[in-house]
Amino acid sequence: MAAPGIPTADREKLLEFLLRLADDHLILGHRLSEWCGHAPMLEEDLAMPNMALDLIGQARALYAYAAEVEGEGRTEDDFAYLRREREYRNCLLAERPNGDFAHTMLRQLTFAAFMEPMWRAMTASSDATLAGIAAKAVKEVAYHIRHAGEWVVRLGDGTEESARRMKAAAEELAPYVGELFETDEVTEAMAAAGVAPDPASLRQEFDRTIGAVFVEAGLAIPAAPWAQSGGRHGRHGEAMGYLLADLQYMQRTYPGAVW
Amino acid sequence: MAGRPGGGAKGLDAAAKAWQAAASVLDPEVPCVTIADLGILRSVEIESGVAVAKVTPTYSGCPAVLAIELSVEAALRGAGFDARVERVISPAWTTDWITAEGREKLRAFGIAPPEKAANSVRALFGETIVHCPKCGSENTSRVSEFGSTACKALYRCNSCREPFDYFKCI
Repeated sequence: MAAPGIPTADREKLLEFLLRLADDHLILGHRLSEWCGHAPMLEEDLAMPNMALDLIGQARALYAYAAEVEGEGRTEDDFAYLRREREYRNCLLAERPNGDFAHTMLRQLTFAAFMEPMWRAMTASSDATLAGIAAKAVKEVAYHIRHAGEWVVRLGDGTEESARRMKAAAEELAPYVGELFETDEVTEAMAAAGVAPDPASLRQEFDRTIGAVFVEAGLAIPAAPWAQSGGRHGRHGEAMGYLLADLQYMQRTYPGAVW
Repeated sequence: MAGRPGGGAKGLDAAAKAWQAAASVLDPEVPCVTIADLGILRSVEIESGVAVAKVTPTYSGCPAVLAIELSVEAALRGAGFDARVERVISPAWTTDWITAEGREKLRAFGIAPPEKAANSVRALFGETIVHCPKCGSENTSRVSEFGSTACKALYRCNSCREPFDYFKCI
């Protein structure tokens, strides 16, 4: 219950930080859940919803805490279902369409390789609630790196066709990597308060993780032609609106519906 | 209400009774073990006449969390307590908290209990040795990192050819 004691300005930044993190997990979790029933094999039909559950579970904990920090009576469902597109703060990587299996697995590896050192640092967060969420999440994300990493290797080092697709995925996703490490007044405030690490400080470890997988997969890390940005400020790609239409449909059609 | 456990000397008995009631709840997805066997029931205390049970989820998104909490509350009420269930996430649950008895029950049920192993991020195609719960063979291979529930992976025994669930080590 850190919220009541935090000065208003800091509370706003903490709220913003929590929503970025929660939105990343909700939106990517939603994307993964789209594979349910459509995966190329039964094991993956189980694996992707399992990873989606981890991500959505992490998002729920973060939204619940965001609601507490905001202190205006909103609930986790209000944050998840009842905001407009511009109010979502997720990175653009999370909302990228699933594409083929190579795209989905590389997107997952990229996000997990970013989050693993982030969660690990946050297990020692000055914010006790976040430290608790991180302690659980850091174990889960380790599985995601392994699972997605193994697929990147299998496909990259697989057939001519699978290697072609993995290479195409790497090129297509390259512009969305830089945004993960962006620093601004919110991340600076979190780093200064010992709440979360400066994202830029995670880049080296991220590069090591991705580099090790790419070497084994026989892939070259493509240079990003440009770094696409905007998600942290609510400027999303075209795919986001369609995603939200799907995600929010039930709550928009039957307001307040509960299980 | 007559028979409601009180404080004082009786408080201890009441706490023990409440623990017993809560600890008897079975995991809905792995019904061969109780939530006490799994180590997800952290504590049961009597606070001002109310039995307060603390439970911790195995995974952030475990869909059984709500079912478990409701079952614990029902079990406590069934034993005559006013009850409240609190979810605690810190310290994070680890498979190390599964009791020896719980591990044996899992094995007897056909689920390989978690092995103690480093969960290294960069250990792709992980080499953890998992023993077959049927024949005990070490010659097993992983079919999928994710099994029928979030907490299990799918394995097969190369000796007796039996497919089985492995309770993942986290």
